[in-house]
Amino acid sequence: MSQSVLKIIDPHAPEPFLLSDTERVEIQHEISHYPDPRAASIEALKVVQRHRGWVADGAIPAIAAELGIPAAELEGVATFYSLIFRHPVGRHVVKVCDSIACHLTGYDELRDALIASLGVRLGETTRDGRFTLLPICCLGACDRGPCLMIDDDLHGPLEPAHVAALLESYP
Amino acid sequence: MSVRSASDPHYQRPLTRLIDRTVGPLDFTGYQAENGYAVLRRVVRDLAPADVQGIVKASNLRGRGGAGFPTGVKWGLIPMGPDAGAKYLVCNADEMEPGTFKDRLLMEQAPHQLVEAMLIAAHAIQATAGYIFLRGEYVAAAQRLNDAVAAARAAGYIGANILGSPWSFELYVHTGAGRYICGEETALINSLEGRRATPRAKPPFPQIAGLWGRPTIVNNVETLSNLPHILGNGSDWFKDLAQGKSPDSGTKIYGCSGRVNAPGCWELPIGTTGREILEVHARGMQHGRTLKAWLPGGASTDFLLPEHLDLAMDYETIAKAGSRMGTGLTTVVADNQSMVSAVRNLEEFFARESCGWCTPCRDGLPWSVKILQALEAGRGQAEDLDVLTKLTRWLGPGKTFCPHAPGAMEPLQSALKYFRAEFEAGLARSGNTTTMAGTA
Repeated sequence: MSQSVLKIIDPHAPEPFLLSDTERVEIQHEISHYPDPRAASIEALKVVQRHRGWVADGAIPAIAAELGIPAAELEGVATFYSLIFRHPVGRHVVKVCDSIACHLTGYDELRDALIASLGVRLGETTRDGRFTLLPICCLGACDRGPCLMIDDDLHGPLEPAHVAALLESYP
Repeated sequence: MSVRSASDPHYQRPLTRLIDRTVGPLDFTGYQAENGYAVLRRVVRDLAPADVQGIVKASNLRGRGGAGFPTGVKWGLIPMGPDAGAKYLVCNADEMEPGTFKDRLLMEQAPHQLVEAMLIAAHAIQATAGYIFLRGEYVAAAQRLNDAVAAARAAGYIGANILGSPWSFELYVHTGAGRYICGEETALINSLEGRRATPRAKPPFPQIAGLWGRPTIVNNVETLSNLPHILGNGSDWFKDLAQGKSPDSGTKIYGCSGRVNAPGCWELPIGTTGREILEVHARGMQHGRTLKAWLPGGASTDFLLPEHLDLAMDYETIAKAGSRMGTGLTTVVADNQSMVSAVRNLEEFFARESCGWCTPCRDGLPWSVKILQALEAGRGQAEDLDVLTKLTRWLGPGKTFCPHAPGAMEPLQSALKYFRAEFEAGLARSGNTTTMAGTA
């Protein structure tokens, strides 16, 4: 059945999803590290996320087919791990550590400054699609608390007063 | 107080001696110039796997990931011999215990030390492949370890017939995607297989049936990083590194965070006191504050008091005081900080990070969070302290599938023991009256 017919039967059906050649090559490279292709599940999800920012529902059957495992099992993996995003996220993802060392060194004030600067709550994305704000567990930088990561960059210790300027440096 | 300072010529820091954060990690050439991989070459050429296992067992090296299990004993359970088939070595680099930031240092600043260490361990157990299970957020560590693995492979230390021996071994860096539970070794194995990170029942232990059902050893980054030094200098040398009469061996990367003047981590003789760590290396509490309580080694260890600061930070001494050394990186609570708030934060972490596999953990941890949130807001009910106390037993050792919930109960039970008045102060006024009446 063609995709257009599917659309008539189920207007909410996801858009057809095709992995790019680059994504397939990268996934196959990860698969080569293991005796069982399933072991590349998380890396494969991360490959797609690296290229598209997040992992749409439609990506799951395509990645599962590449790995040779049932889509439902990959869905279970994709929903388990907190760093696999199942909704679109902003151009920059702010991950603010809320574990004990940061709690004791000023997490509450840092979080409030982020919420005030961005105008979103934890778990939300700014209207302009620039930032997503997420809580994250201990970043292993407790000597730099309170700290956060923006994309791959670690920042800390952070004064609430410096949050706005830091965010400005991520266009 | 007797302190071994870094300027003391007799004070050795084998794990961090070559680390200089201002210049970054040694590359392959730089590491070789410092005698890097020399121990590996000697081990592969001159020592039988059983000899290596014997030296590590005699050194009394204990796991630095938190549990403190003797490494040589762990290795001793793995089947050996020509018919043993595929065997795996996994480095647990999923450092996510709140308050812990030592493996990050070793991986970012001494990646070749870890690669050499893994090759020595892999030779000792005759592993066929190895994986470094690295948490996803450690981006710099991933890059540097991948570079180190590639350089070691190019030099012939990884691959087929290493150094002309019959032994072949492949090594890969595997990065995760979050979830604290991945640090539990059987959950880690499930995650490495590309599954949800739920723990597995033990027995069988991973040494018998681990990754893909094959014999598997899982060791922490710091544990492994000791191996080139133990094999290079001998087990007696390693034992002598310990502080005074400590029953443990080697150095330990201790740390301190919270409201202290100089938070950080430092390689010190194992058995160094909490006081030396806090007052000398972390340079004491900020702004003239005093210490109220401290976690000796991560979120899943029982709180200790200022009176425990003079205890040696080794596995047995801290256990006798009612806690665990855990990862050895301390977190301090100042006198003006709330214990109810600190414990609420800890239990929120454990509740969020529960894998959800078993009911006491999945439902019990959020229950404790609800109560603690109410107490923090002064809305506690009369029976809340009683329920919290019961939860510490219902979620204790033996009641759950893995150590996650029992670990979560350690800071809660110790806070209730030492700071009960702070919890009672969180009861709502009417509830407070009921409690008084009920207990009178």
